Amino acid sequence: MKNLIKAKRRDVLKTMVGVASSLFIPKALVAEKAETKNFDWADDSINYNPYEHKWGMGIDINKCIGCGRCSDACKIENDVPKAPFFFRTWVERYHILENGETIIDCPNGAVDGFKKKTEEEDILRSFFVPKLCNHCDNPPCVQVCPVGATFQSADGVVLVDSDYCLGCRYCIQACPYGARFLHPVTKTAEKCTFCYHRIVRGEVPACVEACPTEARIFGEIDEKASPLHRFKRMNTIGVLKPALNTEPKVIYANLDMEVK
Amino acid sequence: MTKVKAKVPEQVWRLAILAVIVITTFLIVRPMLIPKGFGEHGHFRSGALDDAVDRDFKFAGKSACVECHDDMTDMLAAGYHKKLSCEVCHGPLAGHIDEPEDVHPTFPRERGLCPVCHEYLSARPTGFPQIVSQSHNTLKACISCHEPHDPKPPNVPENCSACHGEISRSKAVSHHTDIECEFCHETPELHKTSPREHRPSKPQDRNFCGQCHGRAATTDTAAPRIDMNTHETRYVCWQCHYPHLPEAQ
Repeated sequence: MKNLIKAKRRDVLKTMVGVASSLFIPKALVAEKAETKNFDWADDSINYNPYEHKWGMGIDINKCIGCGRCSDACKIENDVPKAPFFFRTWVERYHILENGETIIDCPNGAVDGFKKKTEEEDILRSFFVPKLCNHCDNPPCVQVCPVGATFQSADGVVLVDSDYCLGCRYCIQACPYGARFLHPVTKTAEKCTFCYHRIVRGEVPACVEACPTEARIFGEIDEKASPLHRFKRMNTIGVLKPALNTEPKVIYANLDMEVK
Repeated sequence: MTKVKAKVPEQVWRLAILAVIVITTFLIVRPMLIPKGFGEHGHFRSGALDDAVDRDFKFAGKSACVECHDDMTDMLAAGYHKKLSCEVCHGPLAGHIDEPEDVHPTFPRERGLCPVCHEYLSARPTGFPQIVSQSHNTLKACISCHEPHDPKPPNVPENCSACHGEISRSKAVSHHTDIECEFCHETPELHKTSPREHRPSKPQDRNFCGQCHGRAATTDTAAPRIDMNTHETRYVCWQCHYPHLPEAQ
């Protein structure tokens, strides 16, 4: 009986070591699988593998001059309806007054720029905040889509499949950043795509191209040789609504605590 | 067989048949409802990525402009507008790349476009060149004085007040009116042509003000005196007193 128990213990230990070491195998296999995965495009001229990228955008509040060329360029590039409540990107102006009050305005998404509004003496500090879809790593809009029409591509970009979208508006409600709208003609959800048609062909998004002060930086989030990595290294970084754990890939430099 | 059938109650058989029907229907209908390519690369139709990229550029990008208009882009690259993309002012021009004869850029020659960036707004960052267009040569188009591809003031400013008007007006009514700007600010000559690359200095030492305002000072006796050894020794004077209008509270 004693021998039997001893033999069992050895077996148990052997099995435990075996099982424990086998835990490491699947991870290595999975990682290899993700790296070698390819994507076949309908357009053969595109040589772009979403599995090899991870895109993000950096916005420097101190550099934004509120000219609104980004939101204007976005509307043109992506045929966003011209009506003043459909925006894929827009610029907000914050006035924090001497009495502690915060006034936020955004006339026509800043497509036509800003006009002077508040009396100078009352302003404690003021600045512009460009906004767009944050392309969250943990996107609430993707979680709520009942049909899988909103999704995150392998390169981290959150997109909408307008062929498959029902127009139920769940994602519009779920987005904590108000970055989505229902297209008035197609009745499907619309949002910033990081100008996906441009980035797969090696160009930067239209808003980044148009920004006259380089307040917007576009690049790879994880790679060291990327303008975005330098942006993260050189600036004090914040994201919008960090408490929601959405893990935005649009990061802000010199973000004020009043920005919601 | 009959033996087994007899052993299983009839309701179980009925349920089993129902289950088989439900499962078969599910297996037949599911592939019909799920679009082609769904799940290949994630919980989405992989064709959706093709749809997302199937769109023409409207903005060609500055790199495309350089290929033909390098004379202009070289000029641009040397001036303050070096970060500016051509299409910000000249409109989206992807069509111009394909058909340069038929699609033409826009040339905003009137006053409207420049103030979109350069009109004074309190929210704009300090140091960004701004004007109040109501008082800035109201009847002239911007390009009659400024070359937009190499923008700089048409004349090099002769004195500090040309740009720092508000400071010079405050100083003019203060007790410091006779003190030249350069007395406190060492100003490199290049500050006049590239103001932000070559900044003037600021006194960093409290004894600088102490030259006139310290107990031991030998200058003008009317200047208020303080004991430099006891008066808020942790701060540089201009952290509390505004030197361009020291009377201000």
